Amino acid sequence: MGKIQIVPLLEVVRESHHTNTYRFRADFGGAPGQFVMVWIPRQDELPMALSYLGPVKGITVHAYGDATKALMDFQPGDRIGVRGPYGNTFRLEGEKVLAVAGGTGMASIIAAIEAFAQQGAAVATAVGARTAAELLFVDRASASGEVHVATDDGSRGFSGFVPALAEKLLDKHTFDQVITCGPERMMKMVYDSAAKRGLKTQVSLERYMKCGIGICDACVLDDRLVCVDGPVFSGEQLAASEDFGAWRRDKSGRRVPI
Amino acid sequence: MRPPSGMVDLGTEVAGVRLRNPTMLASGFLDETGGSLLRVYRAGAGAVVTKSIGPEPREGYPNPTIVELDAGLLNAVGLPNPGIAEFEREVRVALNGKAVVIGSVYGKDAAEYASVAAKMAQSGVAAIELNLSCPHAKGLGTEIAQSEEAVREFTKAVKDAVDVPVFPKLSPNVSDIASFAVAAERAGADGIVAINTVKAMAIAPDLKMPILANRYGGLSGPAIRPIGVRAVYDIYEKVGIPVIGVGGVDSGRAALEYIMAGARAVQVGTALVSQGLSAFERITKEMASVLEEVGFKSVEEAVGVAHG
Repeated sequence: MGKIQIVPLLEVVRESHHTNTYRFRADFGGAPGQFVMVWIPRQDELPMALSYLGPVKGITVHAYGDATKALMDFQPGDRIGVRGPYGNTFRLEGEKVLAVAGGTGMASIIAAIEAFAQQGAAVATAVGARTAAELLFVDRASASGEVHVATDDGSRGFSGFVPALAEKLLDKHTFDQVITCGPERMMKMVYDSAAKRGLKTQVSLERYMKCGIGICDACVLDDRLVCVDGPVFSGEQLAASEDFGAWRRDKSGRRVPI
Repeated sequence: MRPPSGMVDLGTEVAGVRLRNPTMLASGFLDETGGSLLRVYRAGAGAVVTKSIGPEPREGYPNPTIVELDAGLLNAVGLPNPGIAEFEREVRVALNGKAVVIGSVYGKDAAEYASVAAKMAQSGVAAIELNLSCPHAKGLGTEIAQSEEAVREFTKAVKDAVDVPVFPKLSPNVSDIASFAVAAERAGADGIVAINTVKAMAIAPDLKMPILANRYGGLSGPAIRPIGVRAVYDIYEKVGIPVIGVGGVDSGRAALEYIMAGARAVQVGTALVSQGLSAFERITKEMASVLEEVGFKSVEEAVGVAHG
């Protein structure tokens, strides 16, 4: 079982005005796509993807709620709780891979981009953000392959949403695998683009979680659990899903629209 | 004569509810949605108990709500549930897949217990489990579980409101759990579920504070199994109604401890964290082989044999 470890932050890196990366050492492994439960003392405990693997791990967090905003004030030396790693991983299958990331979704997918490149696959990345200053890990992705940028406001690269950029790339080049992480509706569009071309897809999903270990049933997707059966789901698994891109559970377990 | 291999009958019956084997999914695990309830049933559970459902949607406590420990799990999830009106849809999904469903309910007073239980029963469940003892929901559960009078009152109110069997689930956080079982039986309970979690706490020394947002939680898993087995043993001596054992059942032998203490069925929860849904198959297989080894032809023959 994943016992909680209280660890000091080693480094805090400002990625944009609302997003930080927090680095820490923890006594567990981690593979591309996996997540940890992060306890922000006195605030909350939340699932977060590992944006850095290896001995000094990292999480990259968009401050969107009270707890993640409080975390923005944490300094090196401040302690957080971590337990994990949880969930499955991206399967490193395919020779020509298109990675499509929206916003903080890049944090969940960057380790997979690097792992694909390391084992010799050609990886192209389409990364989107609202504006140029909010783009994440463009340098890290560039070190692994070509990078195509989309911004909603046109401040850098393609002007528009990243699924539209991905659609153009799928038209122009040949890929045998598409991996994606970002807002769920964005991922649904990417999945649809890949599916109509018969391409294999891996989608990293996010849901509200209490436990992270397969008991609370809050992160259910149809009859699968994002925490233990996911967070990475294959296109085949999602093809028959009623929930993907449409429904999630709220904190009380009610089924609500995405 | 010893029965031939594979011939041990694991079928059992609790207050008229027939089970293909004596394992049930314990309330609080993978049981907030119809899809999950059905998946657990299909994985081999004899029945599935729902998350405890109340009159209105409830979000539960903020995280952290669970702490993983060496021999168990500490939780203070705080009774999150979508409310009985919404939950009927989830029960329907599980029943459409032919699952045997037991509906767990809670309320703040007798009238609320009765009204939620009546709606739960209308949705088609085989029995009602009363969560009388959730030890970590403020104003819900604890006080109820610690007064025999309240156990009697709420059990009676629910019995009057439904036609299906009613199983109060008792707290171990009392000095004499058997007297609570007697109170429930006198109020008309059709069976007793024992035990709920043991009130507990975990502190993070580096942060000088309890880990759970609620501070207190309920301990489950192998750490509490001897407490549960003792409780079932005591209850079996004092009541005539069937007992369902719960607390740290993670193997066939652990299940048989409860059966031999007097339980007709057992519930499985925390074992799912380490073993996944294969726990049910593993437990029932080991039960059958141990029963055969010690010379029983059926699980029912083994109920209460430890009392000698």
